[in-house]
Amino acid sequence: MQTFCAILVGVMVAASVYLILGRNLIRFIFGLVLAGNAINLLIFTVGGLESRRPPIIPNHTTAIQEPFANALPQALILTAIVIGFALLSFIFVLFYRSYQDLGTVDTESMRIAEADTDHQPPAAGPTKGGSV
Amino acid sequence: MSGLLIWPILLPLAGGVAAIFVRTDSGRSFIVALTSAGFHTIAGGLLLWHVHLNGIIATQIGNWPAPFGITLVADHLSALMVMITAIINLAVTSYSRADMDRSLIRSGYYCLLQILVCGICGAFLTGDIFNLYVWFEVMLMASFGLLILGQSKTQLDGGVKYVVINLLATLLFLTAIGLLYGLTGTLNMADLHQKVPLIANRGLLTSIAMLFLAAFGIKAALFPLFFWLPAAYHTPPVSVSAIFSGLLTKVGIYALIRVFTLVFSVDMAYFYTVLPIVAALTMISGVLGAAAQNEFRRILSFHIISQVGYMVLGLALQTRLALAGTVFYLVHHIIVKANLFLVSGVVKRLQGSFELAQLGGIYRSNGWIAFLFFIPAFSLAGFPPLSGFWAKMILIRASLDIHAYWLAFVAAVVGLLTVYSMTKIWAEAFWKPAPQSHQVAQPTTAPKISAWMFAPIAFLALLTIIIGLGAEVVFRFAFQAAEELSHPEYYVHAVLGK
Repeated sequence: MQTFCAILVGVMVAASVYLILGRNLIRFIFGLVLAGNAINLLIFTVGGLESRRPPIIPNHTTAIQEPFANALPQALILTAIVIGFALLSFIFVLFYRSYQDLGTVDTESMRIAEADTDHQPPAAGPTKGGSV
Repeated sequence: MSGLLIWPILLPLAGGVAAIFVRTDSGRSFIVALTSAGFHTIAGGLLLWHVHLNGIIATQIGNWPAPFGITLVADHLSALMVMITAIINLAVTSYSRADMDRSLIRSGYYCLLQILVCGICGAFLTGDIFNLYVWFEVMLMASFGLLILGQSKTQLDGGVKYVVINLLATLLFLTAIGLLYGLTGTLNMADLHQKVPLIANRGLLTSIAMLFLAAFGIKAALFPLFFWLPAAYHTPPVSVSAIFSGLLTKVGIYALIRVFTLVFSVDMAYFYTVLPIVAALTMISGVLGAAAQNEFRRILSFHIISQVGYMVLGLALQTRLALAGTVFYLVHHIIVKANLFLVSGVVKRLQGSFELAQLGGIYRSNGWIAFLFFIPAFSLAGFPPLSGFWAKMILIRASLDIHAYWLAFVAAVVGLLTVYSMTKIWAEAFWKPAPQSHQVAQPTTAPKISAWMFAPIAFLALLTIIIGLGAEVVFRFAFQAAEELSHPEYYVHAVLGK
């Protein structure tokens, strides 16, 4: 089971890397979702996958019986899912908004913040020479 | 005692929540934010004072004993960082009074600002690595909101890049935590310090360490991972870029220092081969990038990268003096860099542009602003007796001490190139005559600079001078912090009590 999960995590991460490396922001979202789930599965797997008793002290006893399952990975995954969901809804809105305003989901053509100044002389040149 | 650790997180959180309710009223939300920032500064000061007198303090949240529950810990480094965060919060909040548009305040600017500070302080104070992840997320969410506040096209463009790369960093961080937990079965950093050396699988441990390095490297804008920073930092309103430039990358540096002095404290030969190279390349590429820019805030953004290189250099050298240098540099840099961004906002207000070509003559028209730019700019470049000189001197001295001459050489040359960029801004924006178009327009539109804007700039400039002249006091704090970092036993003892 552990081996299977490890391979599955590997495949999911590989697929998400492929999606993320594309220029399209929609692909990035899918890649991100896939990577997030892969990592949750990873935390689940490294927490141990054998079938054990739930970590609950039975009635009329004071100690827990070995072997009991580790509940912490689930708690970690739950936190990660909640945070991941919030981030996901944020990037949906952000990407949609930037698609509306910038008119593209292609990251290569998003160059407003870093204008390509290599091919044009800086607008400064002539005015500077003139005023000094 | 436990209260001291909780207040620096709780106060900005409370301020942020309160600011939501009054956000339609810009005057009242400013008062809420300023009150919260003021109390936060006091709380930070008390924490620092207490830690300085009594050593590392720790508290267990909800009384869950140490390796199981979440621990808050403050050593000298954490307390100093919280203090400096509070000061920047106060300065930026005051500056926002004059800088921020009413519509942005209505969208929740003060709320996001306080939540950002809450997340940053949480990251500085937590002693649990998963909790560190959660604080990073709090901080990120608030920073996403702040970065695209106003939603101009450039902001959305910069915002997309910032968000994308930071989400990837987060995933790397989470992966590293998951794997580390699988190996050791604990998330408490003090406990990790004891368990990590016992792990037999050193290869996997090195990979995990590299995942942490990549995750924090993206946050801190280290050499091959810094491209998001100059794409985003010059787009939001000035107050936002000031607090970002001061604090966000430094949280990455803090996390690097914490994880690599506490969790991965032994047998990290590979890490310490990579790190000096990364530090040198970060310094060089940042300063060269800045030299090619002609926009006020973009020059400053690139300089953040080169300065981050200095801080990592201190961690890479591993000696106590070098770590002290890093801590000193952090304190100096946060104040100076935030101040430079604030000055850029005043310049923009005076002449309506960040493009150096369209600026000029500020020395003649507003001499005080020029003077207040001069102090942080030349402190950044490392002129004695300003704070940057001591910060750089300690680091160069530390490199010479362990015969890392090439690192000392790089640090010195990068310092010189910083002077080039700073004199470029000085000459273009302040010294040269104003461009023709402006000289005509100026008399009619001469804008007034509000005292709310002027005061924080003057205050931070004063702090720069004080740190420069009273370097010994700050150095004592920094050296104490370095002492604690190089003896993780103290930290472990404070947390686990054994």
